[in-house]
Amino acid sequence: MPTPSHRFTALQRLLHWLMAICIISMLFIGVGMVSTVAPKYVPLVATHKTLGMVILVLALLRLGVRIYSGAPALPANLPEPMKLAALLSHYLLYALMIAMPLLGWAMTSTANYPIVLLGNVQLPAILPQSDRLHTLFWDAHFYLAFAFFALILVHVAAALFHLLVRRDGVFEAMAPVNLPAPRD
Amino acid sequence: MPDSPSSRRLTFGTAAIIAVVVAGSAGAFAYTAGWFSPNRLTPPRLVAAFAPPSGPALGHRRNHAKGICFTGTFESNGKGAELSRAQAFQAGQYPVLGRFNLGTPNPDAPDGTVRVRGMGLQIATPNGEVWRMAMINAPVFPVATPEAFYQLLHAAGSKDPEAMKSFVAAHPEFASFGAWAEGGAWTASYAEEPYNGLNAFTFIDPSGTERAVRWSLVPAAPATAITQAELEKRGPDSLEKEITERVRQAPQRWTMNVVVANPGDVTSDPTKAWPAGRRTLEVGTLVVQKIEAEADGPCREVNFDPTVLPPGIRVSDDPFPAARSAAYTRSYDLRTSESRYYPRTAAGTKP
Repeated sequence: MPTPSHRFTALQRLLHWLMAICIISMLFIGVGMVSTVAPKYVPLVATHKTLGMVILVLALLRLGVRIYSGAPALPANLPEPMKLAALLSHYLLYALMIAMPLLGWAMTSTANYPIVLLGNVQLPAILPQSDRLHTLFWDAHFYLAFAFFALILVHVAAALFHLLVRRDGVFEAMAPVNLPAPRD
Repeated sequence: MPDSPSSRRLTFGTAAIIAVVVAGSAGAFAYTAGWFSPNRLTPPRLVAAFAPPSGPALGHRRNHAKGICFTGTFESNGKGAELSRAQAFQAGQYPVLGRFNLGTPNPDAPDGTVRVRGMGLQIATPNGEVWRMAMINAPVFPVATPEAFYQLLHAAGSKDPEAMKSFVAAHPEFASFGAWAEGGAWTASYAEEPYNGLNAFTFIDPSGTERAVRWSLVPAAPATAITQAELEKRGPDSLEKEITERVRQAPQRWTMNVVVANPGDVTSDPTKAWPAGRRTLEVGTLVVQKIEAEADGPCREVNFDPTVLPPGIRVSDDPFPAARSAAYTRSYDLRTSESRYYPRTAAGTKP
């Protein structure tokens, strides 16, 4: 059994897996809604906006928890390039979790659309209408979504690599349930 | 677990598991995005079908490209409040912003050559609710589904003279619209046209009861018929000049009528008018007080997306508002990205 310092806290693990579900759903809803003219378009867009705001709140909460609680150390024998990749990919994941909802909010604001979430929750515009900024935010939101999905695939592949190949306890540190972790 | 060196090697089995998970996820994502479905009717395909062979007019709306802005008020008489809890139906006066337009992808089309005239309208109320609509002067819509509309665009744009004939033969529901387009009267003014919502929406009343409705704006100005040839002789921008002069002399008014469907009326097909005798409420008056050229006017920056609705109104099983929303959004994203091509006047150089 790992000692507590080998695992993320229960709150961190809860946030990780909850956000994993939200973000993966979000990416699928996003690419699905922009490729359909079917009636589902309307509820998909409303869900996308609502879930985006939920993710923004969770991501900011999670960033605070991460700064407060820290993270278990990576295995000492992990090669330096993999340590660097782990560090950078996690900075990128946090950046995207926070930036994507803000970009969506900004591109909607600069398009002069009222921002109404499920449950008729109205949000204010964060910027005035602007053709140029709308295009900039739209492009960023669109292309970064694919980069985000690719990064998640890399993250999943790395997690499986730790779980199945290296068996070094890295996966177990974030596992939703307490798995018996291999000893170093 | 034993920590033998062999357990740290990437075996074929573990590599296969990782590859399957990653490739499967990527494949599901690509499928959802439509990359394996070239025949899916996507917003880009639908919008591209509006463009003439020479290509779209960059920087402009992809349809209803020619238009002129107006501002004014919606004077709500309060009678609609029993049908919908939207604040626009509470008695009062609310600011409106709108756009008279022609149903053409060509922003330079001569006014006398375009059969369908439209009105984009936004009513904003003090509690922050925004209601946008896009209506046309035809009494019914030409087709019953977005897919049929896509086929209509292709038939109408085809060089093959048989294309339209075979479309009409395959789509008998087109006949009502076709009869209006061929035989309906033309007028020489935007002010003399009705603007019909055509799509069915659901109104939710204060008790939560839902009813299917359609709405129309009926002009106060009496219609004077004119032949199309006569209208064309008045010049390519005669409608814009006429409405500008007319509103300068006096505000122009339309009565908003809400028609409530009877149980059993088809709400999913905008080619079918509901039979006469349906309960109809006059809920207020649109007063157009000021006309402004689009280039400097407030309507250019507005996408009159008919799914922008206040609480108390939502889409019904009519498939068009969703399809229009998806297409209008695509059109807005395209034209804002092309705004350097839009002919701005000197006074209107916003970013």
